[in-house]
Amino acid sequence: MTLDATKTGAERAIGVVALVLAVLAPLLFSDFWLNSILTQALILGIGAASLIFLSAYGGMISLAQTGLMGIAGYALANMVTQRVPGGETKGLLLGWDPMLALVLAILLTVGIGLVFGAVASRSFGIYFLMLTLTYTVIAFLFVGSVTLIGGFSPVAGVDRYTPGFIGDIANDRTRLYYIALITAGFVYLLIRYLIRTPFGISMQGIRDEPVRMASLGYNVALHRTLAFGIGAFVAALGGVLYAWWFGQLSPTTMGLDATIQLLIIAVVGGLRRIEGAWLGALAFIWINNEVTNRIPSDGLPVIGGTFNTIIGFVFLALVIVSPDGLMGLWDRMWDAARRRGRPPQVDMETPEETAMASSS
Amino acid sequence: MPRVAAAALVVFAVLYVLVIADPPGEFGGGTWRTTNTGSALDDPSSFLTTVLDGLTFAGLLFIVASGFSLIFGLMRVVNMAHGAFYLLGGYIAYEVQQRMTGSGFGLQPGEVNTLEWVVPWLIAMVCIGVFGLGVQQLLLRWNQGQDLRQALITIAVSVIVADQVIAHFPRTVPAGIQPYGGNAVSISWPGWTNRLVDLHVGGVSYSLSRFTMLGLGIVVGIVLWLWLHQTKTGLVIRAGVDDRQMTSALGINIQTTFAIAFLVGSALAAFGAVVGGSQASIAQGRDGEWLLFSLIVVIIGGMGSLAGAAVGSVLYGLVFAFAVAYLPITGDNCCSQYSVVLTFVLMALVLAFRPQGLFGRAA
Repeated sequence: MTLDATKTGAERAIGVVALVLAVLAPLLFSDFWLNSILTQALILGIGAASLIFLSAYGGMISLAQTGLMGIAGYALANMVTQRVPGGETKGLLLGWDPMLALVLAILLTVGIGLVFGAVASRSFGIYFLMLTLTYTVIAFLFVGSVTLIGGFSPVAGVDRYTPGFIGDIANDRTRLYYIALITAGFVYLLIRYLIRTPFGISMQGIRDEPVRMASLGYNVALHRTLAFGIGAFVAALGGVLYAWWFGQLSPTTMGLDATIQLLIIAVVGGLRRIEGAWLGALAFIWINNEVTNRIPSDGLPVIGGTFNTIIGFVFLALVIVSPDGLMGLWDRMWDAARRRGRPPQVDMETPEETAMASSS
Repeated sequence: MPRVAAAALVVFAVLYVLVIADPPGEFGGGTWRTTNTGSALDDPSSFLTTVLDGLTFAGLLFIVASGFSLIFGLMRVVNMAHGAFYLLGGYIAYEVQQRMTGSGFGLQPGEVNTLEWVVPWLIAMVCIGVFGLGVQQLLLRWNQGQDLRQALITIAVSVIVADQVIAHFPRTVPAGIQPYGGNAVSISWPGWTNRLVDLHVGGVSYSLSRFTMLGLGIVVGIVLWLWLHQTKTGLVIRAGVDDRQMTSALGINIQTTFAIAFLVGSALAAFGAVVGGSQASIAQGRDGEWLLFSLIVVIIGGMGSLAGAAVGSVLYGLVFAFAVAYLPITGDNCCSQYSVVLTFVLMALVLAFRPQGLFGRAA
């Protein structure tokens, strides 16, 4: 058996174990762990998966995914909450049918994603990153200043109006966990499927050689726009789940901190493989939970500051040591094992440089 | 087709401001034509004031964004910590000014003399310049050319710096105001700027401090232009922008040039923060705001171009000012709240014609 087959086998085995653990999680973990750590990790993992999908297969590092998640959540919140005495006060309070609202919220987000994608479709690399960052900040300022859809105070009560097939997730958190798990599985399979379709293959061609693909007759801008639309769809699923999980939406949901957080999750997991999204989310939220509980209320000892200072240093260290994250560490471990059997090769570039060059 | 639509949109916006807009009626309410002041023909002095608002804001935008653009143009580093540098620089200047004037009372604008503004300004610029240089030497020197990795590193720096600034500033505050936590504080302009200038046009008087802001922006532009185009260092920097490898192959120490550029670029963030903090305030959240402003200006104008930063600043400043003043006022909540959408429209319009920005060269 070759080493590659062993690696695939090992990954499959780990995947099966992870899936079994995930399905049995409500029996194995406390309610707090299930709801605050695992469910949140699944949801943010979906958001990070949309980011990694665009970066790994489209060569587009998009910081708009947080904004798109927020847009989906805000759209849903404004459409479902009802104007009842003693009820919610913020937002449009349209009180529409939750099923209709769910579909419309996702469609709206995909539509906005397509417009965003079309504007950015001719920008590459670091320009793309900057442009998509402005999208999220603009969305943040928009929901913060337009009082009609909520303004700066939160739009609450989203989790009380869910479609029938979702059920009462405000109280039954195990149900919400399984819904998040199924959605995450669906997103994973969808992306795995998409990258094997002709569209997915040409998307990867455009990632590597945009000029050559254009001269072969592919519409590069259109492909990138559509890919961005798919990314927006995945982000919308994450945004809707986040709205149900958190129950309320405020502009900080898509603020700069949240944007950087999602990027950190994606980078910690590894920008080159979809699996990294959930790995990164779990690691990030677990560290966040462990560390935040231990920080005194007046800030960190000696230097002061909050969790952000710690995660900033962790992120800095990770980017310096292993810029392709935990999945990259895993891949490099196998590369090292492979090299042991052969005479050492002379690499012109270090692995990091190759990784960064291909993903930028 | 999209270009025709874009052109039509621009023409409509200009016509709207110039003739279509109506002043508000006596009994409130309004249509899509109703604005606060009416069109430029109805109320020329408000129009002039709005133009001045836009241009003076552009002066401040240019100071901050030119530093961001300089660093990118030469080194291909997107300094995501530019906003955090702005925040830190603003607070440093505030603390120095408080120490100089004797803290503990709320500063009135007239109580500050020129020296008490210039010294904090200089100290903040030096501090942030040196800090930026340290970040560059320590974190960005050994990984040149890996633009994504460098962007991620500066993001990490911005997270740490912003969090630390919020934890430790403002330190000296007037009685009754909470110290620390990134609360809003203002730097004071020198007393002589605290008056209105009569322009003798349409009866408009305009704030001298805002004119100062524009003047400083123009001075920064001229000095940067002279530096880049009339000195040896500038010559090397421009050569480095065009072809880094060839420049260093000619025996020029490009590393020194990079260091100088990063020093100056970071110091400009602090320069902008002192001006911006004097005109408005320094507070938590300003870092993200000014990172956004810098990004928008250079996306519109084109990365790494001085002229691009200037044109981008003027365009964005004008759109910003006109969006607030000239969006219709139909109903309770419409429409100046929606002004941020025009920021996106402006970027979309520019990128539809020139993906690399107005003065940017194709990558």
